Amino acid sequence: MEPWVEWTIMGGRAAVAWVIPLMLIPLLVWMERKASAYIQDRTGPNRAAILGLRFGGIIHALADVVKLIFKEDITPARARPFWYNLAPIVAMTFALLTFAALPFADVLRVGGHEIPLQALRLNPGLLWMLAIGSFGVFGIVFAGWGSNSSYPLLGGIRGSAQMISYELSLGLSVVGILMIFSTIDLNEIVRAQGKLLFGFLPMWGVVVQPVAAVIFMAAALAEANRNPFDLMEADSEIVAFHLEYSSLRFALFMMTEYVHITVASGLTVTLFFGGWQIPWLTTERLTGSAGDLALAVPALLVVLGLLVLLSLVLLAPTRRWHRTLQRLYVDARRHEAKFWTVVLLLQAIGALALGAYLFLNPPGADGLAAITAALQFVSFMVKVTFFGFAFIWVRWTLPRFRYDQLMALGWKGMLPLALANVVVTGFVLLLVGK
Amino acid sequence: MKVPSPKLTFWERIYVVEIIRGLGVTMGHLLKNLFRQSEMPTVQFPEEIKPVATRHRSRHRLTVREDGTPKCVACMCCPTACPASCIHIIAQEADAPWKEKKPRVFEIDLLRCVFCGFCVEACPEDAIRMDTGEVTIVGTRREDFIVGLDFLLHGEGNAWREGRPEEKPQPGPGEPLLPPSTPEEESGRGPRQVLRPKLPSAWETVREVKP
Repeated sequence: MEPWVEWTIMGGRAAVAWVIPLMLIPLLVWMERKASAYIQDRTGPNRAAILGLRFGGIIHALADVVKLIFKEDITPARARPFWYNLAPIVAMTFALLTFAALPFADVLRVGGHEIPLQALRLNPGLLWMLAIGSFGVFGIVFAGWGSNSSYPLLGGIRGSAQMISYELSLGLSVVGILMIFSTIDLNEIVRAQGKLLFGFLPMWGVVVQPVAAVIFMAAALAEANRNPFDLMEADSEIVAFHLEYSSLRFALFMMTEYVHITVASGLTVTLFFGGWQIPWLTTERLTGSAGDLALAVPALLVVLGLLVLLSLVLLAPTRRWHRTLQRLYVDARRHEAKFWTVVLLLQAIGALALGAYLFLNPPGADGLAAITAALQFVSFMVKVTFFGFAFIWVRWTLPRFRYDQLMALGWKGMLPLALANVVVTGFVLLLVGK
Repeated sequence: MKVPSPKLTFWERIYVVEIIRGLGVTMGHLLKNLFRQSEMPTVQFPEEIKPVATRHRSRHRLTVREDGTPKCVACMCCPTACPASCIHIIAQEADAPWKEKKPRVFEIDLLRCVFCGFCVEACPEDAIRMDTGEVTIVGTRREDFIVGLDFLLHGEGNAWREGRPEEKPQPGPGEPLLPPSTPEEESGRGPRQVLRPKLPSAWETVREVKP
């Protein structure tokens, strides 16, 4: 390969790993506001509009950004400026770096070249995740110390104590996965989850290690500083560790929270829910490299068919919605449903056209590999988005733990359970004779 | 005081089952509100307006007789009863032989009004009522909220703000007064000054004597 092609691909891989968490921020913020509203029987954001298009309230994220940009950026007079300014940068940097090692599709084999579809192709990828992931708490500790204010300091201390307690359970729950798949290369772990257990069950981490999956998800919530473990941000008690921050520095902390969600759900998906695997369709079966029929094109046709079906099914509710809008509004918002009708129709036509093209011109080996990678990427993103939603869902369901309950759960509950899980897994592996 | 906490069963103590039940509850609400949006209790306010209760004390209005003249006889009962001193009446002699007075000026400062309804109770003629159902009284300056006879008799909605005089730029603190901008202002016969309610003792009843 030409060097410039190589460099472009490398830059592209890094950009994707950078862009996925950042692009998911507005989506997660929107989900948080809208899902919490519906859970609490409210309507949620539905006012901000561009040319009458409200996109279900997602424009409010844009309005928030504009507001945060134009707020005054304050450094408290008694703050420790170095730590104070470093904190948001550290928090965001390490949150984004953690995502770099996650594979978002299997290694792409095009024209005799191998392109790993993850920003950092590391053999010890899992160790990277654990190591860089625990650096995230430094942002909180620096913010607490640098603000030179009692509540943020409390938040920082709580953050560090919680991180120590839950990092242990997190690491130990992953040990079970290591013992079963005997690798710490994240892409290999995902590949191993494509095998079938008893001939029909995909060997996902959650199937072979259910206890570890529960412990890991709880600890991941704690790592992401989310409810019910948001002790460092407990609004009702200590306001937050970023109490003294305003404007874009606050925005960085805010965005870090959502990057943490993406990272936590990405890790959960990669280790326990098959990563980019589509159930029962491994890379070999999709590309047909094992010799049998390549299933990539049929799978893509099924996906496109579902897309067409969804678009057509949604046309009727859009029509009803149009009548409601006509009754309610006198401004540009009354035409919103027309826009969505056009979008749905274009989506259906586009999907049909792509399907027809693929049906008439069957792709070669390279095309099959590219389609496989695209399908796997979509599978990964669907899973990550679902678990991002699940974290939000948990937040609006559970109350916050009290500090002593948090410590009791971490040290007396999850840590012994994780250790027991390791021991039991070891015995079972010994008996199976693996 | 020691409050005994309820004894938890084993399944409650390991959290997981109860958490899944809780997640089911919240998901039920989410799905119900997602697919039954019209049943959501929220009222989309400017587009949908909930009617106020009939006994709600909203913006005042002055009632009229069958011939279209105001029922008000300028008896001064309502400004006397008003605890906020927001009603200002200047009376004049009525043209009918069977009533003594009628209002020449009847102004209510809606910003001062506390919507207590005492004026309605005090009125012997059923001339003032608070049953318009208007609760969104909007203006951009204080003068907008001083409403007069015309509006109280016939005004509907926010029509009272139409046709108001242009807002003049006000000099800031320490700046010189602005020069007069229109010939009327130059000659000292500017637009009618808004009569602001002063203390009740300073109010005067002007009786116009016919020649």
